[in-house]
Amino acid sequence: MRLQSIELRSSRFWLDTLSQIWAWLFLLGMVAFFSVAGEGFLTPFNIQAILANMAILMIIAIGQTYVIISGGIDLSVGWVMGMAAVISATVMNRLPESSPLWLVVLSGLFAGLLAAWIAGLVNGILIARLNVPPFIATLGMFGIARGIGFLLSGGMPVPIYVRGLGFLGNGFLLYHHPTAGWSFLSPPPGLTQAELRNLTGYFPFVVLVMLVLLFIAHILLSRTKFGLHTYAIGGNKEAAMRAGIPVARRLIAIYMLSATFAAIAGIVYNVRFTNGAANAGEAMLLDTVAAVVIGGASLFGGAGTVIGTLIGALIISVLANGLVILRVNPFWQFIAVGIVIIIAVLIDQAREKFAQE
Amino acid sequence: METRDIRTEPVLRAVNLTKRFGGLIAVNNVSLDIHAGEVVALAGDNGAGKSTLIKMISGVYRPDAGHIYLEGREITMASPLEARSLGIETIYQDLALCENLDATVNIFLGREPTKRLFGLFKQVDRNLMLAESNKVLDRLDIHIPNLRRPIRQMSGGQRQAVAIARAVYWNARLVIMDEPTAALGVPEQRKVHELIHTLKRQNVPVIIISHNLQDIFAVADRIVVMRRGHKVGDVPAGEVTDDDLVAMMVGSA
Repeated sequence: MRLQSIELRSSRFWLDTLSQIWAWLFLLGMVAFFSVAGEGFLTPFNIQAILANMAILMIIAIGQTYVIISGGIDLSVGWVMGMAAVISATVMNRLPESSPLWLVVLSGLFAGLLAAWIAGLVNGILIARLNVPPFIATLGMFGIARGIGFLLSGGMPVPIYVRGLGFLGNGFLLYHHPTAGWSFLSPPPGLTQAELRNLTGYFPFVVLVMLVLLFIAHILLSRTKFGLHTYAIGGNKEAAMRAGIPVARRLIAIYMLSATFAAIAGIVYNVRFTNGAANAGEAMLLDTVAAVVIGGASLFGGAGTVIGTLIGALIISVLANGLVILRVNPFWQFIAVGIVIIIAVLIDQAREKFAQE
Repeated sequence: METRDIRTEPVLRAVNLTKRFGGLIAVNNVSLDIHAGEVVALAGDNGAGKSTLIKMISGVYRPDAGHIYLEGREITMASPLEARSLGIETIYQDLALCENLDATVNIFLGREPTKRLFGLFKQVDRNLMLAESNKVLDRLDIHIPNLRRPIRQMSGGQRQAVAIARAVYWNARLVIMDEPTAALGVPEQRKVHELIHTLKRQNVPVIIISHNLQDIFAVADRIVVMRRGHKVGDVPAGEVTDDDLVAMMVGSA
């Protein structure tokens, strides 16, 4: 018996292809445009700056990718990040001054993670066990984390008094100086203040952290049972349940994962700006959802990739950077990102509509 | 003690099953046997108790009274998962497939094989899933081009075939199909009939629920008719006509 299918060289095929590659094309087009139109756009220095500036957005967007693929949304990420940043900053300040830097960072990270895990666990239990819609559950957590962050910090950013922290957050793996040559992890010794101006850094630490997290998250999503189950739950929750997938446990894990990435982003913020602010992630919600959706994830669930989200985050960051280089009023960036999100969602909806026909 | 003949021992034997919902008796004292390689159609009007009977056999409902024996041993099931682990596979009308995932993943959903990558972490073994999927589809004489396409891009008949392949791969001892042709066009219905015949040839017994008399006469060896929770008929398919069946279903005979 033969069950032949009509080969789909139809409009659906082209729409599917278009929906998969338009973001790549858009990014390439933008890079090409800014390289030609903007002076200093396509330089190693500027490209590193783009990557370093997008690290926090990208790290949160990784967690949002999992949530959106599972058919949900996490509105609380930005304020969970801020709450984690405040708690971690407070803990870092309380440690004795003689503590080594790695211990300070790890303690701060752990404190921030602990707080975020509670938030993620509550989100997950509300959604998976009590059937609260993700939009409502995480909107509640949005308010709660916001309140806790501001209460703990007294409404003000918490400056972190730890020596060497800012160096870590803004440091590079490699340094090069025209006369002193290359050095690893820290600038070549013996340079004067004036000579330091000619110093070039390569591979910012925050970018390396982002890349490592990206790699782990990509493997977890594309290769493991957990990743496969995330897609299955987003595709057909009922079918996933009948197939014996522990749907509730997986969903709780997914929301805790999202909170984990938010907390890590909070600590990256602390280390980079040497302070912890409750509203550090205020602008992150829109940008993370935008990055995920531009990257090809479906708000209906069941589709999306970490690499796609990377493309989405790159589009947002390149746009922001390019507009500054072109001396366009930076507020235009919000409008541009808003338009790109709407285009992405329209493509997603059209694809969904065709798929159902 | 009587000696049991393996050939006449029914694969599934339901004895005096009863299920009540409040004051309503949905299934009243119904017994049902099904033997290896037999296709039994369950016919009846809406609300006759077909679905409730099937749900007791597939572990969704716990019977209020009665016993179920699988290959001679009494079984009780707390959940559909437990029924599946015993080899009772139910294919629901909606097929319960994840349309965003491909056929191989759907066949293995919830029971994915893994292998270690660099000895570090367990990754889903997609090559094994593809090879095994091809094997089971060959066994069922099903040919689907490109198993790595999402189910969304497949026809209704292909989807039904994937659902059946999933049931068979896990060594189903009994396959229950709920309205398998309800959403299909005529050519695709024929393909599903062929699949049921293939299952039969491989000695897998099938219970099929259907409203479609054509379905029933095309595949069934035996027809069990239900009306208002009672079993009102249990006849070889060759010995009744459409009219007899309808008469039994509506109670005018």
